[in-house]
Amino acid sequence: MKYLLLIYENEKRFEKGYDKAELAEYGVFGKEFASAIQGGNALKPTSTATTVRVREGKRLTTDGPFAETKEQLTGFYLIDASDLDQALVMAEKIPAARTGSIEVRPIMTFA
Amino acid sequence: MIDLDRLCRAEWGHLLSSLIRAFGDFDLAEDALQEAFAAAVVDWPVSPPNDPVAWLYGTARHRAIDRIRHRTRSATLLAELAPFDERHLQSTADDSAVPDERLRLIFTCCHPALSEEAQVALALRTLGGLSTEEIAHAFLVPHATMAQRLVRAKAKIREAAIPYEIPSAAELPDRLGAVMAVLYLIFNEGYSSAAASSPERGTLCAEAIELTRMLRALLRSGLGCDSPEVDSLLALMLLHDARRDARMTADGQVVLLEAQDRAHWDHAEIAEGCALVQSALARARPGTYALEAAIAAVHAESTSREDTDWPQIAALYQRLLALHPSPVVALNHAAAVAMAEGPERALPLVEALAEPLASYHLWHAARADLLRQLDRPRDAIQSYERARALTQNESELRFLGRRIDELRARVH
Repeated sequence: MKYLLLIYENEKRFEKGYDKAELAEYGVFGKEFASAIQGGNALKPTSTATTVRVREGKRLTTDGPFAETKEQLTGFYLIDASDLDQALVMAEKIPAARTGSIEVRPIMTFA
Repeated sequence: MIDLDRLCRAEWGHLLSSLIRAFGDFDLAEDALQEAFAAAVVDWPVSPPNDPVAWLYGTARHRAIDRIRHRTRSATLLAELAPFDERHLQSTADDSAVPDERLRLIFTCCHPALSEEAQVALALRTLGGLSTEEIAHAFLVPHATMAQRLVRAKAKIREAAIPYEIPSAAELPDRLGAVMAVLYLIFNEGYSSAAASSPERGTLCAEAIELTRMLRALLRSGLGCDSPEVDSLLALMLLHDARRDARMTADGQVVLLEAQDRAHWDHAEIAEGCALVQSALARARPGTYALEAAIAAVHAESTSREDTDWPQIAALYQRLLALHPSPVVALNHAAAVAMAEGPERALPLVEALAEPLASYHLWHAARADLLRQLDRPRDAIQSYERARALTQNESELRFLGRRIDELRARVH
């Protein structure tokens, strides 16, 4: 079973760059779950984001994210886990779980 | 003649848990089991089975296999269908020992990834064997709403792969806490809701007690685990349930503890509850269920309000407050202090809770009651009126109305 672990945090924390100790923690996390992690990245802040919608056949391009929220998507992992409990154990170990929140979403498979 | 309704209620959870384990699919297991019971209605009057449970299990299993075959339209695809155990398909000879997987079922139904509402509904449907209709009735929601809730919960179990497993030893205390919370929620829904006198509500209390007994037995047989908190939860339910009949009049009016006819309490339930909580207190540091059960036990063992050991009740609430600080517990503590040491000692405790409990009708009612005892009828009337404005519970409204009338008669 594949899950996407979406990391939501207040991105203001990273305005002055990433904390070294925190990055090291992510390194430890990555090593601990190396066999389960299939991919993942940190994302640049929402100020760099562009939102695209198509309405009546026309592309509408707007600056920034779709909605203003307290927490923003700041990164993600794609993992392989045996079940939800295993995915939750991994989500709990992501350093951002202590300051922000991790959304655990099963990956859709098409037959 | 076999009583099928009774058998269904008694064995539903056992059979269903085993079928889910075999086929890895809640819906398939439920449909197959329902068909087996339907088949029994037709077959049993003609040829009653030697072992009804084994008959039902075998029939349900064959129905489930038929459904899978039908779904795949080809028996060769069966092997690729995965998550169910092939052995269950082959061992058709011996159905006599139906494995009991209810402990797994309990932990899956009460998984924290499901909403509380969904956990409650699933536990009643799958473990208690209540029909969707019965559950909807008990929670005063339309049948379609409850059906939808169950469908959604089962879909989440399937789509997010919520495991069908007993949690590891490390996780067990937390997960067991979640299970107990669900069982207590079911009990309270039956005990303290607005329509507490309706028969469906009584069903919820009985069902919560049954499920807690089941959890207790399964923990013991499956894990060799003796949980004093589970014992305490069972004690707490029994001690409250013992007073259920005495706390309402026939026309649905609330009877306060002090005015209840103690002869109408269920003394067998009281004896069992007291024994359970005493043993739990002797074995471990009391948790919240143990303290609440101990308080209920003191009430249950008193012959009257005057004879009640109020200082002990106040002390138990004090410990509960230290463990679980909440304004409502503090209010109960204050009420016990009023009885142990007098209303003048309790009034400042109650008034200190004005802010957090400003919109809680029982806070106003408790304050009103102290003011009434302190001979301040005008202030008391005001507080009773505030309480009345904040509740919709009919029997409480009638009770508050009576108190207001009595005080008005005193003022004039």
